[in-house]
Formats: sequence, C-alpha cells, structure tokens
Amino acid sequence: MNQYTERIYNGLIKENPSMVMILGMCPTLATTTTVINGVGMGLSTTVVLVLANVVISLLRKVIPDEVRIPAFIVVIASLVTVVDFLMQGYFPALSQSLGVYIPLIVVNCIILGRAEAFASKNSVGLSFFDGLGMGLGFTFALAILGSIRELIGSGTWAGMQVMPKAYVPISIFVLQPGAFFALGCMIAVMTAIMSRKKKTKTAEQDCNPADCAGCASSAHCGKRIFEETAKAGLKEDGGDKA
Amino acid sequence: MKELLIIAISSAIVNNVVFSQFLGICPFLGVSKKTDQAVGMGGAVIFVLTLSAFVSELLYQFILVPLHFQYLETIVFILIIAAMVQFVEMFLKKSMPSLYRSLGVYLPLITTNCAVLGVALNNVDKYDYNILQGTVNGFATAVGFAIALILMAGIREKIEYNDIPKPFKGTAIVLIISGLMAIAFIGFSGII
Repeated sequence: MNQYTERIYNGLIKENPSMVMILGMCPTLATTTTVINGVGMGLSTTVVLVLANVVISLLRKVIPDEVRIPAFIVVIASLVTVVDFLMQGYFPALSQSLGVYIPLIVVNCIILGRAEAFASKNSVGLSFFDGLGMGLGFTFALAILGSIRELIGSGTWAGMQVMPKAYVPISIFVLQPGAFFALGCMIAVMTAIMSRKKKTKTAEQDCNPADCAGCASSAHCGKRIFEETAKAGLKEDGGDKA
Repeated sequence: MKELLIIAISSAIVNNVVFSQFLGICPFLGVSKKTDQAVGMGGAVIFVLTLSAFVSELLYQFILVPLHFQYLETIVFILIIAAMVQFVEMFLKKSMPSLYRSLGVYLPLITTNCAVLGVALNNVDKYDYNILQGTVNGFATAVGFAIALILMAGIREKIEYNDIPKPFKGTAIVLIISGLMAIAFIGFSGII
C-alpha cells in the first residue's frame, strides 16, 4: 500500500472521523434523516475538506506560525461560503433541507483538525488524499447512519420503498431521539469490532480537558487547537498594545 | 413582551439547542462528566452566546445590510465570535478575577461550539429577528444548553458505577441517554 492509498484507508476506517474519533457530531446527528441528506452533507464537507487541505498545504510556508489558526479559519470560512452558494444555486432542495448546517461546516472540528494536524505539515499531494480519505470516511458514516434511520423510520431508501407494505415505520427514528439511538448503537458496534481487532481507545474515553498534553489523540482534537489559539491570540493582542 | 417570552421559552425548552436542533453536541459530550464542570461551562456559554448574538445582530443590521455584504456573514460571524471569546477572556481576567477563575478554562472551548455560530446565523437568516429578539434568543438558547448539560452531568455521575456492556462505555451510552432525554423534550412541544 503506498502512502496515498494509506491516507484514504486511514480516513475511511482507522481514524474514521465520526465513528472512531467522535468528531463532527452535530451534522452527523442532524442531517441523517434520509440517505440523500446524509450523503449530501458528507460530500459538501468532503469538498471543503479537500480544498481547505490543499490551500492550507500550499500556504503552509507563507502563514506565520502565531496567526495560523485565524488564517485557517478565514480560508475554511471562505471555502464554506463558496460551497454554500454553489449548493443554493445547483441543489436548491438539498440546500433547503440541510439549512444552517452547511454554513456550520466552518466550525466542524474535522476540518480545522486536519488542517492543523496534517495539511500544515505535509505536501500538497498527501494533504489532498488525506482530505479525500477523511471526507469519504465522514460521508461513509453519514450514509450508513442515514440508511439505518430512513429504513427503520420510514421504510424507504433514498426515496424508494424498500420495506414490505405491511411494515409499519417506527417514526421515532427519523425524529431527534432516533438520531441519538442509532449513532449510539453504531459507535458501540464500531468499538466492539475495533477492540476485537486490537486494543484501541476512542478519543472520548481518555480525554481529560485539563491535561491535553499527555493525550494520545491531541493532534486531532479541536479542544487542544483552540486552547493554543487562545494562547496565540493573547500574545498577538499583547503585541498590538505594545 | 409576550412575544419575547414566547421566543425565550421556545428556544430554551421546546426547541432545545442540544436535543432538538443538534447544535453544540461536542461540548455536550465532552464537558458533561462532572456537575461542577457542567455548571462552569453552562455559565460561560450563557455569557458568550448572549453577547455574541447581540454583537453579530448589531454588525449585521448596521454594517453588512447597508453595504450589501450579507454574503460575507459566515466569515464575519466566525471571526467576530473568535475575537470576542478572546476579548471576554481578557476582560474577565483583568476586571473580574473570581469569575475568570470559575469560567476561564471553558472560554476557549466555546469558539468550537457550533451553537454560537448557529444562533447568530439563524437569527438573521431563518427567523429575521431584530436586535432585541436576537439577543433574547441567544440568551434563551444558552440557558437551554446549560439545562441539557447540567442534567446530563448529573446522570453521568450516577451511571459511573453502573454495569454497562463494554462496547457501550463512553460515548455510546451517553448518546443513548441523550436519546431518552430527547424523547422527554419532545413532550414539551405542546406548550407553544
């Protein structure tokens, strides 16, 4: 396996952002009422993720280290605005049903996490494939969750009737509680499979906000990044005054 | 006045930010292990969200709309929120050290809380609120978040000693509990 396919495998399975790293929970829960919505959300996040990784990787030698997080946020926010308007223009129905969650891709920890942990340190090609892998992993998780919820909750898949006519849909699965139940069970299944393979921990289990330095998954963790931003920001502000 | 009360109740309880709008799930899962931490985070979110809802409305109504720059709202709002969290932190450090000691550690985490950006965007795009309505909505949403967080922290302190199947330990069981709580919160939808 060469290093490019390894990045894709890493994003899809090993460090799957939704099921293993437990990142980007808000869109995962909110947009998976149907498969179409879930995949739409996943793909728009993928586009932003790939473009953000490429742009940040290109600019990694230009951006000064102290202001890198605000710079990353501006890059990501601009790309999200572009994607938002493209969606409104070409897929108005999908854009309508995803609503505020499209602009909220800006605060999705996956994107800033990859920019900080990977794209700001690696070449453009590798960053591209890293973004692609992570994005596809996210899309994959959303597609599965969307399928489960749509099948059980309304008996259809991507709008087609799949379940027999006699099946009475359990509509709570397309409502909010169903999102929590389905994702909870999915994470449990994933944890069971992973722990059978080898002893792995999820980011959540050993996360102690007070002690990010000793955390194994700190490289991908939104919390640590923002704590560092805070420190960097304080330095900047101090500098301005002086 | 009546209208403001309806906005407040609907965004604090009926459309609870965590259980019905799915915003701010990351801090909800991350900082709900201990009740005192949850209270600190809840307080910090109430403080920042009210302020950011007010400032973003102000900026939108008086700068972005007159200049026809509405399409820049996402970029402007996220920068405003990030800058404001910094500002609030510095202000508290200088002028209210005791409050800073209790809320300080939670402030940097708030920038990643999508509820803050979500409320700012919903205020101007979805609901078209004026400045007062927007601020009330921000405050009430944050109160709803604090309620959810503190309830969850109380439950998690109890289940620590329960015998949970191994794969469900950690995030999975918290999500299942959130599902049960979301069912309870659906019950409020008859109020308004």
